[in-house]
Amino acid sequence: MAANLRFTVGAVIVAALVLLAARLIDNQYAYFAGYVVLQYIVLATAWNILGGYTGYVNFGTAAFFAIGAYGTVVLHKTTSLPLPVMIAIGGVLSGFVGLGMGYLTLRLRGTFFSIATLAMAVVVQTLITNWDFVGGSRGAYVIRPQKSPILGGNYIEYLFLLMLVLSVIAVVVARAIQHSRLGLGFASIRDDEGAAETSGVPTLRLKLIATVLSGGFMGMAGAPLPYYVTYLDPASGFSLSYAVNTIAMPLIGGTSSWLGPVIGAVLLGTLQQVATVTISSALSLLIVGVLLVLFVVAAPRGIVGWFQR
Amino acid sequence: MWLRILAASLTITSLEAGYGAVRILHSVSLRVGEGETVALLGTNGNGKSTLMKSIIGMVRPTGGSIVAEIDGARHELVGMATEAIVDLGIAIVPEGRRLFPRLSVQENLLMGAFRKAARTKLRQNLDFCFEVFPRLAERRTQLAGSMSGGEQQMVALGRALMSAPRLLLVDEPSVGLAPLLVSRTIDKIQELKDGYGLTVLMAEQNFTEAIRIADRGYVIVHGSIEFEAESRDSLDNNALIRSLYMGE
Repeated sequence: MAANLRFTVGAVIVAALVLLAARLIDNQYAYFAGYVVLQYIVLATAWNILGGYTGYVNFGTAAFFAIGAYGTVVLHKTTSLPLPVMIAIGGVLSGFVGLGMGYLTLRLRGTFFSIATLAMAVVVQTLITNWDFVGGSRGAYVIRPQKSPILGGNYIEYLFLLMLVLSVIAVVVARAIQHSRLGLGFASIRDDEGAAETSGVPTLRLKLIATVLSGGFMGMAGAPLPYYVTYLDPASGFSLSYAVNTIAMPLIGGTSSWLGPVIGAVLLGTLQQVATVTISSALSLLIVGVLLVLFVVAAPRGIVGWFQR
Repeated sequence: MWLRILAASLTITSLEAGYGAVRILHSVSLRVGEGETVALLGTNGNGKSTLMKSIIGMVRPTGGSIVAEIDGARHELVGMATEAIVDLGIAIVPEGRRLFPRLSVQENLLMGAFRKAARTKLRQNLDFCFEVFPRLAERRTQLAGSMSGGEQQMVALGRALMSAPRLLLVDEPSVGLAPLLVSRTIDKIQELKDGYGLTVLMAEQNFTEAIRIADRGYVIVHGSIEFEAESRDSLDNNALIRSLYMGE
């Protein structure tokens, strides 16, 4: 417990330094770019709780992410709740979807589970595309307030701060799990699910915990998105790049520990932002593809795994 | 006055089990008395593992009953979840060891004590494991997947002991081991049984090794118990067994 507390304090200090650095740069673009990198830290960490710890590869990131985002669109149209509350609601919503998906699909193993998650993403996208209230295929506009409600400055600084807090929470939770009995249970499922079961591990319950946490964090990562983009349509909310990036980042960073997804997200996310500005935005997915191939060949256990040898 | 503290027995009555439409076990009845070591003998593909998996709840029987009597309480295992069966004090050493290859030796052992009931005496059981298998203490941080077959079998046995079981199921301890290591493993099971007061049901195809430590035995052929031996001697000189193993 003491170790978790120390880690939390450390993570908060790092986050404070990041915030300080962003303020020192004093350029709106730093916040816009930083937001995306932080969002990917949350997504990659969330994916890794299920994909890395228990070994169940989820291709449905976009669905959980978009459920959080569209939850905010609905709340924005019907209520005037503060954004942190919307984020919490988005997380609960996606967590429930994770529970439902887990219950229906976790009896499937390996590739079969992955295909089921892919199918779920398509189903959710079809539902949202045909839901007029949230704009259907035309998309929805969300007016971003001008000023940040706290600490002054532009609203993007507020979004950046929220995503920063969210990534601290996600990373702290992921690390705590990794070093807990729950994490040991997850790892046993990854290594040999049948043997885990005969050892008395309640495998289904553990897998459901993983899908709920994983889905919930993905939803929370998506919840502020409408305010960030101000115009959200299914094509961008369910973009393939979310699913691809959230799988590529942990794989490149290393899936066995909390640090892997963070390294992967910072590395890939930053690279993509730099490429978008300097060369072209179309290049970002190509970078991911090339890096993924390189890592699968040269360092299949990711950056963290490379250094652990 | 003599009190028996560790009382565990298993009674299986006309058990039917299989996978989907394929029936494997046909009305299997078997008894493991308190403190006994019972061998379940048979060559490959005769239903030994299916029977073991049915006891631990990994295969759902379609008929019959499996009753475990532990400390005077009777429990019907058919229909119970595996984790609940483990909680009763029943542990299995699965066929082929089935360790967690990317976890360390110590983590593998801890997995045997995942249940709340087992965690109360975690430290004690871990010390006991290291005492029985000093080799594991030396290698506690090594990844289980990088160990030799014999060492892996020790980890698998140790993992099963971590839940402080009353009834130990051992499925094919000889698989993939050199003859000398098979002997050692069998000796170890005997040693544990004596020192720990375990009741043991061991499925094995290595007939000569198994009957060294067995009090009684059953021979299973095509999913039915074909022969029940009330003593070691009757197993040793048996026409059926000879026909099965030597083709006589």
